[in-house]
Amino acid sequence: MTTDRIFRRIVPAISAAATFIAIAAASTAATAQEAQEQYFGIPSSRVGPYSAMGTGYYGGIIDYLNYVNMKGGVNGVKLTYDECETEYNAARTVECYQRLLNKGDQKMVVFDTLGTPGAYAVIGRMAQDHVVLAQYGYGRTDAADGRVWPWVFNAAGHYWGQIAVKMNFIAGKEGGIDKMKGKTVVHLHIDTAYGREPLPAMRQIAKDWDFKLIEIAIPAPGLEQQSQWLQIRKEKADWVTFWGAGSGMNSTAITTAARVGFPREKMVYVTFGGAEEDMIPAGDAAKGTYVAANAAPGKDYPLIADIQKVVYGAGKGNMQNPDRVGTVYYNRGVGAAVMWIEALKNAQRIHNKVGKTVNGDEFRDGYEALDITDEKLKEIGILGMSAPFKMSCAKHDGSERFKMMQWDGKKFQILTDWVAAPDPAFIRKLIEESAAKFAAENNITPRTCS
Amino acid sequence: MLYREAGQFRTSYAQDSQIFPLRQDRVGIAILLIAAVMLPFVANSYWLSAILIPWLVLSLVALGQNILMGYAGQLSLGSAGFMAVGAFACYNLILRIDGIPFVVAVALSGVCAALVGIVFGLPSLRIRGLYLAVATLASQFFIVWALDKFGWFKNYDPAGVITAQPIVMFGHNFATPREKYWVVLAIVAVLALLAKNMARGSVGRGWMAVRDMDVAAEVMGFSLLRTKLQAFAISSFYCGVGGALFAFAYLQTVEPSAFGIDLSFRILFMVIIGGLGTIMGSFLGAGFILLMPIFLNIFFHSAFGKSVDATITSALEQVIFGVMIIMFLIFEPLGLARLWQLTKERLRLWPFKH
Repeated sequence: MTTDRIFRRIVPAISAAATFIAIAAASTAATAQEAQEQYFGIPSSRVGPYSAMGTGYYGGIIDYLNYVNMKGGVNGVKLTYDECETEYNAARTVECYQRLLNKGDQKMVVFDTLGTPGAYAVIGRMAQDHVVLAQYGYGRTDAADGRVWPWVFNAAGHYWGQIAVKMNFIAGKEGGIDKMKGKTVVHLHIDTAYGREPLPAMRQIAKDWDFKLIEIAIPAPGLEQQSQWLQIRKEKADWVTFWGAGSGMNSTAITTAARVGFPREKMVYVTFGGAEEDMIPAGDAAKGTYVAANAAPGKDYPLIADIQKVVYGAGKGNMQNPDRVGTVYYNRGVGAAVMWIEALKNAQRIHNKVGKTVNGDEFRDGYEALDITDEKLKEIGILGMSAPFKMSCAKHDGSERFKMMQWDGKKFQILTDWVAAPDPAFIRKLIEESAAKFAAENNITPRTCS
Repeated sequence: MLYREAGQFRTSYAQDSQIFPLRQDRVGIAILLIAAVMLPFVANSYWLSAILIPWLVLSLVALGQNILMGYAGQLSLGSAGFMAVGAFACYNLILRIDGIPFVVAVALSGVCAALVGIVFGLPSLRIRGLYLAVATLASQFFIVWALDKFGWFKNYDPAGVITAQPIVMFGHNFATPREKYWVVLAIVAVLALLAKNMARGSVGRGWMAVRDMDVAAEVMGFSLLRTKLQAFAISSFYCGVGGALFAFAYLQTVEPSAFGIDLSFRILFMVIIGGLGTIMGSFLGAGFILLMPIFLNIFFHSAFGKSVDATITSALEQVIFGVMIIMFLIFEPLGLARLWQLTKERLRLWPFKH
């Protein structure tokens, strides 16, 4: 009797599931591509602890793609996209990468994981699949050596450059590099590859400047940091460089610092931990926190204002809460998408395919030819939001410049103009050494850049 | 009508003790195996590298967890930790031993995981049930911490995320998704067959005796020490092999944080949803936990496209997935494998009930 009942229940359930899948398959097949469209794959992360980052960043990207379409596309080429949910998880990112890779007869040309774990998980697939990995201000740093990593770019600076800028900022606050001697700096980081990424550069700086570097890890998701902050107080740290992810973790760091009495004016946040969504939950405690930015927040940049007018005016905005337009993560997403589109324009121009779809190889050439000057930024309407830079065959690490900001309790006050690391050659040397080690271990012959 | 045993007589002990006594089962398994081997000729690389490979690998891990939890009754939460041991052992074996064939490296990494498993299985001699689960939780945290802490395991890679070496055997590089799938399929098929045989042989009976009542089992002459540690070792071996395959055939990177506590929990759910103490359940459970969120995501994106906010659909997917788990546990607490068994029983009578 029971078996009967269960059986009767299961059959409709299975057939319903089968129909679902059939419909899904059919509708994917139905949206086959026509010519003169450029397809983009968007691996968004909209749920889980890192959702503030994912919704803002990918919302910015999608809004910009729609904006370009509403303005007539790229030389007439319309942009299409497909989304896939990664949950900021490396295994799901691989699945999304494979799912998004082919759409109809088009192949994805660029992939942007917005996450170092995801970037590491797919980075090895780029060369064989001919897809550009655009790490917009995150990811594997030594991939900035374009000779070893032809397919990986970092247009908005990487973590080694960022830590150098921050250490320089701290030294400035202390009154010079010679004053750093004997100081104690704690690198408080999430216990992932992303959290550890700046360490090779930081250890070297600590040795050169003769300050004490203490590394303290917080296991993800990092909603409990009492012991770490007590340790920081015990060590009598002078500064904390905080490398967290997810607004829960980032705001917890501030509230816990406040509880143990560590001054927020001595905390320097990472680009991916320092946004409005990370500061607001901490309330007044967040006041005074320093943050490095590779995309400055603000709604007044002409492009952001125009997106708000054109896209949101037509009711096509991707942000659930339109007030988040112009925040740190949103503007960073727009910045990333601007580089895609500029690379696409370059690719069309270089390969005589103006008004035509380009493939991965052509897009790669376009991305490598990026030359973002102040005039260009002004023309796009983001002068001051993103830093100018120029790529080359060997040099894949974009701007390497950051603005330092401070949270005043309501919004970010921008303290500096774009600042570069005091000694860029030093960071470059570290990158080339690390990339050379990788190439040797994996039998890669670096290409020659003449 | 098709699935019935009438007319099939077993006339010898050998026939009585074969794995699949029913002709229909034998034919079914043969068809399934042939289909699995031929699949790469029809499936595209997305299906192979993003669906089938991780499904097979996680099925293997779930099988390991099932041996320990379902057959031997030792509640353990460290399976992802043992996977990490396997993955890092495989990386180091290939790195440090020149020209070692991939299969040998994988088998040896399984052995490494088994040794670690034995060490962490020792508390099971003194504590039981939920308390044991908490004790094995320590293995999860300790292993991931140790792999992070000691640079030697990662060959002093500064970032701590290592690119997995290519899969090389007999002078051939198994680089395409198709070749990787075959490697994974072969290993999983062999180990699943082994597990099936262990489970129905004297080894498995020992485990089940210990599971059902360890005092009685001891009185009957089973050594608890031996049986429990054997279950830990074999379970960890499966997890270790699974971890090596997960890193090398699927992720293609080796990093400790890929084997976090949430993976351990997901493996636990695979076993519970699939069916405790069944081989089939490990495959079904892994399929459900791994693939259902992906199918929901694909379905929502293609059904609603861009007309509905992706943030809402992403959240909805998780809600639906959660509801499905609860429904399964309410309507079939014995797992998906039990549903399959019930279907078979129905089929034996169908279409003539009386």
